[in-house]
Amino acid sequence: MKEGRIIRVSGPLVVAEGMKGSRMYDVVYVSDKKLMGEIIELKGEIASIQVYEETGGIGVGEPVYPTGAPLSVELGPGLIESIYDGVQRPLDKIREMAGDFITRGIHIPGLDREKKWKFSPKVKEGEAVEPGDILGVVQETVLVEHRILVPPGIKGKVVDISEGEYTVEDVVCRIDTGAGVEEIKMLQKWPVRIPRPYVKKLAPEIPMFTGQRIIDTFFPVSKGGTACIPGPFGSGKTVTQHQLAKWSDAEIIVYIGCGERGNEMTDVLIEFPELVDPKSGEPLMKRTVLIANTSNMPVAAREASVYTGITIAEYFRDMGYSVALMADSTSRWAEAMREISGRLEEMPGEEGYPAYLGSRVASFYERAGRVVCLGKEQREGSLSVIGAVSPPGGDLSDPVVQATLRVVKVFWSLEARLAYARHFPAINWLTSYSLYTDNVKDYMLTNVAEDFYDIQGQAMKLLEQEAELEEIVRLVGLEALSMKDQLVLLVARMIREDFLHQNAFHEVDTYTSIKKQYIMLKNIIHFYEESLHAIEKGAGVSELSGLPVLERIARMKFVPEDRMDEIESIRDEITKEISSLQGVNV
Amino acid sequence: MKVEYRTVNDIAGPLMLVEEVEAVKYGELVEIILPDGSKRNGQVLEVHHDRALIQVFEGTQGIDIPETKVVFRGKGIELSLSPDILGRVFNGLGEPIDGGPEIIPVVKRDINGAPINPYAREYPNEFIQTGISAIDGLNPLVRGQKLPFFSGSGLPHNRLAAQVARQAKVLGKEEKFAVVFGAMGITFEEANFFMEDFRRTGALERVVMFLNLANDPAIERIATPRTALTAAEYLAFDLEMHVLVILTDMTNYCEALREISAARKEVPGRRGYPGYLYTDLATIYERAGRIKGKKGSITLIPVLTMPEDDKTHPIPDLTGYITEGQIIFSRSLHRKKVSPPIDVLPSLSRLKDKGIGKGKTREDHADLYNQLYAAYARGKEAEELSVILGEAALSDMDKLYLEFSRKFEERYITQGEYEDRSIEDTLNLGWELLSMFPRTELKRIREEYLNKYYEKFKKGER
Ligand SMILES: Nc1ncnc2c1ncn2[C@@H]1O[C@H](COP(=O)(O)OP(=O)(O)OP(=O)(O)O)[C@@H](O)[C@H]1O
Ligand SMILES: [Mg+2]
Repeated sequence: MKEGRIIRVSGPLVVAEGMKGSRMYDVVYVSDKKLMGEIIELKGEIASIQVYEETGGIGVGEPVYPTGAPLSVELGPGLIESIYDGVQRPLDKIREMAGDFITRGIHIPGLDREKKWKFSPKVKEGEAVEPGDILGVVQETVLVEHRILVPPGIKGKVVDISEGEYTVEDVVCRIDTGAGVEEIKMLQKWPVRIPRPYVKKLAPEIPMFTGQRIIDTFFPVSKGGTACIPGPFGSGKTVTQHQLAKWSDAEIIVYIGCGERGNEMTDVLIEFPELVDPKSGEPLMKRTVLIANTSNMPVAAREASVYTGITIAEYFRDMGYSVALMADSTSRWAEAMREISGRLEEMPGEEGYPAYLGSRVASFYERAGRVVCLGKEQREGSLSVIGAVSPPGGDLSDPVVQATLRVVKVFWSLEARLAYARHFPAINWLTSYSLYTDNVKDYMLTNVAEDFYDIQGQAMKLLEQEAELEEIVRLVGLEALSMKDQLVLLVARMIREDFLHQNAFHEVDTYTSIKKQYIMLKNIIHFYEESLHAIEKGAGVSELSGLPVLERIARMKFVPEDRMDEIESIRDEITKEISSLQGVNV
Repeated sequence: MKVEYRTVNDIAGPLMLVEEVEAVKYGELVEIILPDGSKRNGQVLEVHHDRALIQVFEGTQGIDIPETKVVFRGKGIELSLSPDILGRVFNGLGEPIDGGPEIIPVVKRDINGAPINPYAREYPNEFIQTGISAIDGLNPLVRGQKLPFFSGSGLPHNRLAAQVARQAKVLGKEEKFAVVFGAMGITFEEANFFMEDFRRTGALERVVMFLNLANDPAIERIATPRTALTAAEYLAFDLEMHVLVILTDMTNYCEALREISAARKEVPGRRGYPGYLYTDLATIYERAGRIKGKKGSITLIPVLTMPEDDKTHPIPDLTGYITEGQIIFSRSLHRKKVSPPIDVLPSLSRLKDKGIGKGKTREDHADLYNQLYAAYARGKEAEELSVILGEAALSDMDKLYLEFSRKFEERYITQGEYEDRSIEDTLNLGWELLSMFPRTELKRIREEYLNKYYEKFKKGER
C-alpha cells in the first residue's frame, strides 16, 4: 500500500491524497510523529482521517502511513482491571512511559506481551472444535476465569494443545482445518465496528439486580437489556452509573468514561479495588475493565471509545458471562461524531448532528442482548448496555435523547427539581418506565415473592394519587382533603423518603438486596392498609403520623442485610401501635 | 531566516487567509507585520493545500492585502515561565504590561498544555475552608476542584471570588500558595477591585495576573485562560504551590469563540455557539486538579455571567457538564438582600463527599447538609404554596419548614464580606437552626449524631 501525503489539517481531521488501496476504517499513522488515525471517508485516492491525537504542528505535505488493518481491539487475558484510553492504549503504561501528561505518538499494545498466564486446556488432541468452543482457561483474576475460545471462522481438529505458562503471543493450540493448520494464540483481535457473532438472541427474562431500590422494584433492567439515563448536569447520571457498576449482579463490568471528567475515573480507580462484591466478597475491580477518554482527551478517540468498550464486553459475553456495560456519556460520543461530521462538511441534520446519528445509536444498543453463544456447548451469555445521555439544558427533545429512546427499553428520567431537593436518585417515578417488567415477571414471582407485584403496584398507585392530590392541595389547601386522601399523602411521602430515596454514599443504604427491598415496601404498604382500617374506625391522620413506628420505618434502609428479621418485625409493631390508638376498636 | 509571506488574500472578521505558503503547521503561531511596522499575533486554524487560515488575536483592523507581511514561527504559542512571574501583570497572551522586565524563561510551555493522564490524577479530598457558610457547610470546596460561579450581570460574584481568595485555607496547614487571575473582557474597574484587594491583604506578590480587559482585543481572550492555566500548572506542578485560579468572565471567552466560529461559517450549535464548545471548555477546565506524587494543586473558580440569568444557556449549561459542581447566584435573593445571594438548592459541590467528615471537617457534616438541604427545599415549597393560598392554609409542619427556610436565609446564608466563619461555627449554626424541628423530622441524620448534637442544641435553644 502506498504512503499518502497530507493536503489538509483541520483540528482532528486530516485529509491525505495518494491513499490508493486503503479501505474505510483502516488505521493509518499520520506524519513522522506517527499519530494514530482512522479513515472515515474515501473519495478516489483522497482519504479523510480522524486522528486520535492532538494534531498541532502537523502540516501539508507530511506523510500518512497506511497499516491495511481496521481499527481493532486486542482480546485475551489481561483485560480485567485495565484502564484504557478510547483506542485501547493502557493509561498506566502511558504514564510510566510519558509522565503525568499524555503526550503524542505513544504506541503501547492493549495487552501485556511479557506477562505469562497459566493456561489449562479443556479439549484434547484430536478433538473436533468449532468457533466458540472453549479450548482452555486462564484464571485471570479471583473472579474471572478467562475462557480461550476458538475464534470465529476456524473449525477443525486439535493437533496439539498443552498446559503451561504462556504469554498472549505464544501458540497454545494448533487446529487442523483441513485447509491447513491454524495456530491459536490467547491474543485475538477483532475490529471494533463489527459486532461479534453469536447463535441467536433470547428473550430478556432475567432481571439484572442493581441494589438500587427504584430501579429493581419499579423500573428493572434485564440481563441483556438496554437502558438510558438522561438528565441535566448534576442530576445523578454518573453516580447512578457508578452504583450500577458497583452493585449490579453481572459477572463482568465494562465502564466507559466517554468525554467526561478525569476525576470521576480516578474515583473508580480508588474505590473499586476497595469495595467488595456482596456476592463473592472479592474486590469489585477484579471484574472490571475501564475505558477512560475524558473530555480533554482527543475527540476522535472519544468517538472510538464506545466501540472499543462494547467489543471487549461482547468478547466476555461470548465466554458465557453476564456482562454489563455503562457508557457515560453517550452525548459526548454523539458530539464527537458531530464535530468530525462538521469538519467533513457533511449535510447536517437536527442540531448539526449528522443524519446517521439515529442509526449509529441504534446499532450500538443493538449489540446488547441475551444470547446463545457460538460453540457446541450452547452457552448463554448476556450483555446489558446502560447509556447516560446529557441533553442541553436537560431538554428531552434533544436529538440524542430521542434517538436513544427509540431503541432502549428502560428510561430512567432524572430531574433537576428532585436533585435540588437532594432527593437521590433523582429519578422521576412517574415518567420513568421499563418495558422489561413483563419479561421478568415470572422470575420475580418465583424468586422474590408471589405478592411482589401487588405490593409494588399499590405503591405506584399511591404515588400517582399523590401527584393528583398535590394539584388539589395547590388549589384549595390541605384542609379540603378527606382523611383517606391525607393518608395517601402521608404514605406516598413515606414511599418517597423511606424507600425511593437512597443515599449512594451511605455504607448500608448504597446497596439493598431485592429481598430487603420487598420487605421494606411491604411494611409501608402494611402501614397503609392498617391505617386505612383505623381511619374507617375513626382514627385521624395526625395520630397516625405521630406513631413511633414511623421512625423505625424511616430507618429500615440503614439496617444491614444480615439483620433482616429486624425489618420484618416492624410489621407486627405497626399492627400493634395502630390497634392501640385511642378510638380505634379492633 | 523565516520566510515572510506577502500573500494575504482574504480578510474577514478576525480571520485572514494567506496563500502560496509552504510547510505551515496546524496550530502554529503567526507573526503579522502591518504596513506601519506594528506587529500582531495569530494562530493557524486550518491548512489546506497551500492556504493557511489564521485567526488574528488583536483583530484584523488595519491589515491590508498588498503590504502586510506574515511570518510563521514554527511552533505553537508559548509562555515564558520562571518563579519571577509571581507579582507580575501580563496581557492575555502573556506579555508583561506592568512596565516590568521581560521574563527570562526557565522553561517555555505551549499554552494549550496536554491532557492530564486520568491514571495520574490524585482524587481531590482536602477541604478548603473559605469561611463562607453557604460554601463550606453545603457545597464544600476541595483542593484541586473546579467549581464555577454562575452569576448574572450586576451580582456580587467578583466580591465573593475575592472573599474566597482572601479567606481560603486548608486547616492546620501552612503551605506555599499562589493566586492566578485571568480576566477576560471585564472592565478596568473590576480588575482593579481585585488588584486593590490583593494589595491590601499583602497577597499581591503571590498573584499572577493575565488581563484582557473590555477594551482589549476580543480574540486574545481565546488565549487568556490558557496562558493563565499554563502559569498555574508551572506554579503547581513545577514549584509545588497550591494555586487558586480565578477566571472571569468565561462568558466573554465563549463569545470570542463564537465570533471565530461564525467567521469560519461553521454549522452553529445552540444559539450560535460552535458545536465543539463543550470540548473546548473541557480543555480549559480539566486542567485543574491534583497529580499523584506532586505536592501542588490547581483549584479553579471560573466566573461566568449567565445571559438573561438563564442556567440552560449553553455557556453555563456546558460549564456545568464539565465542572465539579457550581455555585449559583440568584437575583431574587440579591433583591431580598440575602448576601452573598447564593441559591443553594441548585448549587452543588460534587467532590464534597471525600473532603468532609471525621478528621477533615466533622463526622456529622454529610448528614447535616443532607438534612439542611431537604428542610430548606421543603420550606421553599411551603413558601410557594403560601404565596398562592396564604400561610394559614399550610399544615403546622409546613409552617415550621417555612419559618426554618426564612431563618436559614437570614442567618446561615447571609454573612458579611469580611466575616470569616470557621467550619465548626458553620456546622453548629446548622444544628441550631435544625433544632427547631422535632427529632423525628430529621430523617437524614444518623441516630448517633442526633444523640450527640441534636439534644445539645435543642437544650441550648431553650
Ligand atoms: N444516589 C445518590 N446519592 C447521593 N448523592 C447523589 C446520588 N446521585 C447523585 N448524587 C449527588 O449529585 C451529584 C451530581 O451527580 P452526578 O455527578 O452523578 O451528576 P451527573 O448527572 O453525572 O452530572 P453531569 O452530567 O454534569 O456529569 C453528586 O456529586 C452527588 O453529590
Ligand atoms: Mg456525570
